[in-house]
Amino acid sequence: MKHLNLILFAMLLPICMMGQQRISGKITDSKKRPLQGVNISIKDSYDGATSGADGSYSFTTDAKGTQYITATLLGFTSQEQKIFITGPQEINIVMRNNVNDLKVVTISAGSFEASDEGKTTVLKPLDIVTTAGAGADIVNALKTLPGTQQTNDREGLFVRGGTGYETQTFIDGMMVRNPFFSGLPDQPGRGRFSPFLFKGTTFSSGGYSAQYGQGLSSALILESTDLPQRSSYTLGASVIGVSGGLEELMKDKKGSYGVEADYTNLGPYLGVVKPKYAFSKDPEIIGTSANFRRKTSSTGMIKFYGYYNQTNMGTIRPSLEYPGFDELFELKNKNVYTNLTYKESLGHDWKLNAGFSFSSNADDLNLDTLKKSNPLHGKNVSQLTQTRLVLTKGFGQYSVLRFGGEYQYGVEKSNFGGWQANYVDNYTAGFVESDIYLTPRLVGRVGGRAEYTSILAKANFAPRASLAYRLTGNSQISVAYGDFYQKPEQQYLRFKNDLGFTKATHYIASYQLVAKNYTLRVEAFYKKYHDLVKTGMDTSTTGTGYAKGIEVFWRDKKTFKNTDYWISYSYLDTKRNYLNYPFEVQPDFAAKHTVSVVYKYYIPAITTNLGVTYSFSTGRPYYNPNLPESKFMSEKTMTYNSVGLSASYLTSIRKAFTIFVLSVSNAPNIKQVYGYRYSTDKLRRQEIVPNMPRFIYLGMFMNFGIDRRQDVINNM
Amino acid sequence: MKRILFSICLLVGLASASMAQSAQYEGAMTKQVAMLDDSTNFTPDRLLEIANTFERIGAAEKSQWLPFYYAGYCYVMSTFMQKDNDKVDDLADKAAVNIEQADAISPKNDEINCIKSLIATSRIRVDPMNRGMKYGMESANLLVQANQINQENPRVYMLQGQALFYTPEQFGGSKTEAKKKFEVALQKFSSFKPASGIAPHWGEAYTKGLLAQIK
Repeated sequence: MKHLNLILFAMLLPICMMGQQRISGKITDSKKRPLQGVNISIKDSYDGATSGADGSYSFTTDAKGTQYITATLLGFTSQEQKIFITGPQEINIVMRNNVNDLKVVTISAGSFEASDEGKTTVLKPLDIVTTAGAGADIVNALKTLPGTQQTNDREGLFVRGGTGYETQTFIDGMMVRNPFFSGLPDQPGRGRFSPFLFKGTTFSSGGYSAQYGQGLSSALILESTDLPQRSSYTLGASVIGVSGGLEELMKDKKGSYGVEADYTNLGPYLGVVKPKYAFSKDPEIIGTSANFRRKTSSTGMIKFYGYYNQTNMGTIRPSLEYPGFDELFELKNKNVYTNLTYKESLGHDWKLNAGFSFSSNADDLNLDTLKKSNPLHGKNVSQLTQTRLVLTKGFGQYSVLRFGGEYQYGVEKSNFGGWQANYVDNYTAGFVESDIYLTPRLVGRVGGRAEYTSILAKANFAPRASLAYRLTGNSQISVAYGDFYQKPEQQYLRFKNDLGFTKATHYIASYQLVAKNYTLRVEAFYKKYHDLVKTGMDTSTTGTGYAKGIEVFWRDKKTFKNTDYWISYSYLDTKRNYLNYPFEVQPDFAAKHTVSVVYKYYIPAITTNLGVTYSFSTGRPYYNPNLPESKFMSEKTMTYNSVGLSASYLTSIRKAFTIFVLSVSNAPNIKQVYGYRYSTDKLRRQEIVPNMPRFIYLGMFMNFGIDRRQDVINNM
Repeated sequence: MKRILFSICLLVGLASASMAQSAQYEGAMTKQVAMLDDSTNFTPDRLLEIANTFERIGAAEKSQWLPFYYAGYCYVMSTFMQKDNDKVDDLADKAAVNIEQADAISPKNDEINCIKSLIATSRIRVDPMNRGMKYGMESANLLVQANQINQENPRVYMLQGQALFYTPEQFGGSKTEAKKKFEVALQKFSSFKPASGIAPHWGEAYTKGLLAQIK
């Protein structure tokens, strides 16, 4: 009986202990401010409460003895605290801000990233193409960012006192030998690749990663898109041409393929709007491309992109050398580009990226002073075959180590009026680089790149380093340093290979504030040039130079409703002694002050987007041979002003999403002079001006299947 | 005798404990789900509080998908009530974390797909220009998948109708198409039997409200 009593007692014990206890307290952050909405609970039980506006909470629980109390709130690190419940308890908890991706510092000196993935990126991929006046050209859009020059009479992106050749383009890690269409004199070709091929774009105006080389000033790093969401067909028609394409997502949704073709002919447009110089052959472009993407596993992906394009055009302009005669310049270009990449996670935080690319570019030139001389034929062919392998290993939460190598086999052939100048180059490079997070607020990147090129028979080693530190909230400061090497341009290497690498050393300091709706960046840089190409009696790499400046970028998406705008300002002080320059002077491609204002306004009621882009830069030096040598490059052109407008209207025609686009470059038809060219006898000069100073574009795009109207609207 | 008595006690004790656990779950869930049937609770603060309770139940139970499902539902609904665009992504992230937990417990669930679709929709308004296409399509795809899993789920038609209702016509929206979807949804609602009192059953009154706006 005694035992039975004991058992009964044991059975009743929990009931006796069931008396409920009240737990209460206050939740604050580390600065003693009350936190609302915190979820407080006894671990593994239903008992708990949500804190009120004053941070206080209170609940009752049946739990007894040793328990764990937890507190969770969005944006804060969850807390767990051991408690011993015997009676009513007051438990105050202090919660700490969460270190999430938003708050982790990133390497940012010198680079502008446009990607969907990061929440704090300065630009989205579509921002690149929603810029009025850019005409859906990546490089034209980048010319609204600080550090770039409005050098629209020459091919390429001119960055921080560097030439267009000093900016290198990479697609999925691999260098692109001819990223621009071949152009006519003073009328550079635009970028070959549509912005819609890329999900991410990083524009580095200096101090970029050791993964990339052969660009003295800048790197444009493009990352191709993955699988499309759905299958679709597209049709486009405009005042200059037509296009059509299809993209098919495979049934298992693990792969896709697509083909595209386009035809452009400026003839009809030129019949209405007369250019400054007549065309002997109206520009005509036939393009086609194909792509294939396949997921090889949950983390693996293989991608192929292939492109073929041919252009045909020619101009006639009055001869500067022979007054009364005309100069003919005709160009036929054929370009093939292919890119095959594979990426996979190997486990244990290892990742592999491999790539292979082949490209070929052939320019056929025909030059003639009509009715005076015999025509002169030229042909340039460049082929580049390359392969690249990169391994990445993650350490801890954020740190990574990257290393890899690449090999390029380049063939450059040139034939001008029967004169041949060909060469072959084997280029090999290896790099190693590590991003080390000392704390989530402080990251250092150190690395180096070693290169060898057979044509110069020389090697180099380029150290790179940067450091970024997050101050408070959304602001951070960074510094970067690095050496950058580049082979001299093909036109010099063709004739003389006893040259060295050209070299630049970058020093960059930047401050950046990135909030959700506005961005402020201020960056200062100093760049020292060594071993630039000098021409004259003998070609050598003995040139020198420097560039220094300060740049400001401000973007605001919130202050004005439905309005997004950004302002860039660049101050550039640069001099160089290269080519035939007698001493260090400000080169003829660089302007001291450059400003861009991009404004975008959306009218929801009529589903129409309006955009205005204004660009300004001070005059550029030009060479007047009538002046003494001491006055070399001392005269400057007029200031440059440009206003681009765009309007796009979205609607649907039957089942197809349709968009109408009107865009006008240099709408007020402001005169733009990039420089002057003098005759050999110094008596006559010609202005270097755009051949079509104002361009009016009207187009319509239809899309069946997926809704890509947003893409197209942004295309203008 | 003592041993037998002891064993009986122990068995009874265990059984009552597990019954109590299950009764506690049903009880707590019924109470919370009932709160969601009351429209006065649809304010951001109240929803967060209810979501917190669901999260506590989910954390204690671990093997039930409904607490996580409802927590996700509360968070995603609170995004639609938020006035501040800046908070939408964080709430949607929180909804996503919960719904992923539900999904891990109960994969290929049409109701879970509905919430995922709502989460995608909720993110569009932060940046319609850049996000409209991506998330609009993701949202639609999730509903197509939900419909493949269960063609009788009225909420799928309701959400498809809602997308058509709120999308401007130039962007492919259509009030007449929305009306058709709502009518199908109501038909399905009339024959829909929730698996239990705490299984998802929301949306009928909302559908009628939207339909009334078209008529």
